[in-house]
Amino acid sequence: MEDEKIKKSSLDQLNQIHSMMEQSTRFISLSGLSGIIAGITALVGAAVAYIKIRGAATPENPFMVRLNMHTIQHDTIKELIVIGVGMLVVSITFGIILTYKKASKKGQTIWSSSSRRLLWNLSISLVVGGLFSIILIKHNLVGLIAPVTLLFYGLALLNASKYTLNDIRYLGISEIILGLIGSLFIGYGLLLWAIGFGVLHIVYGTVMYYKYDRE
Amino acid sequence: MIEKLQKVFESRVRLGVMSILMANETVDFNTLKETLDLTDGNLASHLTALEKKEMIAVEKEFVGRKPKTNYSATELGKQLFKSHLKALEKLIKGF
Repeated sequence: MEDEKIKKSSLDQLNQIHSMMEQSTRFISLSGLSGIIAGITALVGAAVAYIKIRGAATPENPFMVRLNMHTIQHDTIKELIVIGVGMLVVSITFGIILTYKKASKKGQTIWSSSSRRLLWNLSISLVVGGLFSIILIKHNLVGLIAPVTLLFYGLALLNASKYTLNDIRYLGISEIILGLIGSLFIGYGLLLWAIGFGVLHIVYGTVMYYKYDRE
Repeated sequence: MIEKLQKVFESRVRLGVMSILMANETVDFNTLKETLDLTDGNLASHLTALEKKEMIAVEKEFVGRKPKTNYSATELGKQLFKSHLKALEKLIKGF
């Protein structure tokens, strides 16, 4: 009897240690809903981008678009960049608002040491990926941009997943796989990009919403 | 066996503080307070006790004009925590 009691209290202590370690290192208020919104934004953006570059699509396969500096006009590149930045702003804004709401519901702050660590670990790979994409444009390797953004985003998520919900790890791995496929089949960049940033965000956002948000 | 369980960790707060300091290099007072959901006074008294036992190290710095106190686990603290963990594990696996 006494043994059982000691066992139980030891288990309680271990559980407490575990939860304290988790809570202090991971930012777990990430909103699933914001993932869904980011996904929808990406799909809309990809559709608009497709309309802009449809002219360069191969006639026999509408999903295949081969872009280079000769087939694309300078203005089109500018428009694509505006679309991209616009999507980023919309997604990040909704992400911050919804995560803030979720965190305050739980009585947590959004600007804590765990969220700062998450952002820091996310942004290193993202900034490198962004710079690398700009360099690709300079070298006229436009077809590689979509897979490169998928790759770096996936690596950023994989790296940041140590500091947030574990589901992010699998989202990261999925993005990396898509990025690799995309760099193998150049021309399907936009399609894979729509899957990676659109469909996957919606899928993972929905899973996370049902797992953590509905309370 | 039971003697191996460290007396310091009998308090839930101290166990919590040490868990957080094991998982993070340094943690400031407010983060500890928020994570453990404690009042200033309660947390401060436990921190002083841990500091006296040389389980944690305290470092004060100024961020702008605001003083900020950072805490970290000492080597001794880490060692004791680890042996406490091992003792707990053994207890669960059954003597």
